[in-house]
Amino acid sequence: MAQHKLIVDCSTGVITEVELTAEELAQREADATAFAEIKAAEEAAAQAKAEAKASAEAKLAALGLTADEIAALSL
Amino acid sequence: MANTYEAIATVTVGSGGAATMAFSSIPATYTDLVLKMSLRYSASGPQDMRLTFNGNTSAVYSMRSINAAGSGTPGSASETAQTSTWLGSLQGVTASTFNNMELYIPNYTSTTTAKSISTDNVNEANQTDARSFLVAQLWNPATQAAISILSISVASGTFVQYSNATLYGIKNS
Repeated sequence: MAQHKLIVDCSTGVITEVELTAEELAQREADATAFAEIKAAEEAAAQAKAEAKASAEAKLAALGLTADEIAALSL
Repeated sequence: MANTYEAIATVTVGSGGAATMAFSSIPATYTDLVLKMSLRYSASGPQDMRLTFNGNTSAVYSMRSINAAGSGTPGSASETAQTSTWLGSLQGVTASTFNNMELYIPNYTSTTTAKSISTDNVNEANQTDARSFLVAQLWNPATQAAISILSISVASGTFVQYSNATLYGIKNS
C-alpha cells in the first residue's frame, strides 16, 4: 500500500496528498530500523537490570536476610 | 494564548491516514514558529517520529532528550549528525486517545544561525505505557537558511484519521 504525505501550502492553504518518494521511503525504513534497535537495546538493558536485582536479592537471602530486610534496602 | 499568535495553516489527516505531514511556503513574517499537534498512531506503538526542515536530509541534525514512562526508570537519549531529528515517540495503544505535542522554533528566519527547537511531547495512553518527552534539537546545515518547509513523519505505519497539526506564527509586537 502506498504511503502518503499531506502537504499544506501556507501561502494558499491548499492541501495536497502525494506519494512518498523512493528517497523518503528509504529514509523511513532507516528510521524504523534505527528505532527498533534502540528499543531492543532499552529492553535488553532493563532485562539485565532486573536479573541483576534478582541475583542480588537471592544472595542477600542466602546470607540470612528476611524478605522485609531486603525490601528495606530499597534495591 | 498571547494575542501575538497567528494561525498560519492546519493539516488534518483523512480516513486513509498519512505517513508525513508537511508545511510548505512558510511565510518569513514572524519571529518564532509554534507547531501544536494532536496525533495518534495506527498501531499500538510506541513508534519513532522525525522532523526535517526545507527537505534537508544531510547529517546535520542533533538532539538531546529526557523522557519518562508510566513505569520504569526515567531515561535520556541523544543523537548527533543525523539526517532528521527525533521528536520522541507516538502511541496508539488506547482506543480513541490522541498524543499531544508542541514544537517551539525561535528565530526561524535567520540566514546566519543554526535553528534550535524545543519539543514537549506527551503520549497519553491512560495506562502505564504513557510517556512524556522533552527534547532539545538543533538543525545546523552547512549553509544556514530560513525555515520554509517543516515536515513531521512517523517511521512506520501512519498518523490516523483526525490527527492534526496547526502551525502558528509569533510576532514580538
